[in-house]
Amino acid sequence: MASDPGRAPGVKVAPAFMRLTESEWQVVVGSCYDGYPEEACGLFIGTMNDGAPTGFVSEARPCRNEAASSLVYRIDGRDQLAAMRAAEQRGEEIVGCWHSHTHTEAFPSPTDVSQAAWYPDWLYVIVSLKDDAPVLRAYRVIDGDVHEVPVALM
Amino acid sequence: MPAEVRLPTVLRAQADGQATVAVEGATIGEVFSALVTQYPGLRGNLLDDQGGLHKFVNVYKNDEDIRYLEGLDTKIDDGDDISILPAVAGG
Repeated sequence: MASDPGRAPGVKVAPAFMRLTESEWQVVVGSCYDGYPEEACGLFIGTMNDGAPTGFVSEARPCRNEAASSLVYRIDGRDQLAAMRAAEQRGEEIVGCWHSHTHTEAFPSPTDVSQAAWYPDWLYVIVSLKDDAPVLRAYRVIDGDVHEVPVALM
Repeated sequence: MPAEVRLPTVLRAQADGQATVAVEGATIGEVFSALVTQYPGLRGNLLDDQGGLHKFVNVYKNDEDIRYLEGLDTKIDDGDDISILPAVAGG
């Protein structure tokens, strides 16, 4: 923002935290167990500031995995558009997505990193179901580099 | 038929920064041909090497996913809205 004297022009600031309510966390992690053994996925609706996510999420919206696979996911195109329209109606945006890793760490795979180029401003949440307890982590992927964003449970 | 094509943020730089572009065509395929002729930078993001729809691009006619209509052969009527959204996918 030109009005922000502390920020270099054109530089977007990653949010300090991604904020999830307890019930949003449960929706996300629950959807991943519901989808198991396939990968599960969904979209976060929230707010952006100057094209970067603020970290605020108003809705975690589970979507169908069109790929129906334990190795890859693709959010159903109809669910994606419905989420976008819902966000537009309340003056918000899609600010990120989640998917599960059923047998690997909660870290973006090379495919996740390359696909993130389509939505470079989003928060990317990965839920690992590898161990007994689920692990949820959030990332930004900027120019192919993975940056973890701490998740604050509200 | 002139159709309004709505571009996702990530592709606007290849269309002179425009969010919507008006293009002529009787089908989605014709609209896409006209679009990539006008803005060649969009070609690799919209079409595959055989001229088919790029694997990771969703296209909607009036909010209906064209893969559930007739794909690139889907007919366009005057005033139809076409939206392009990159798929959300990964591994």
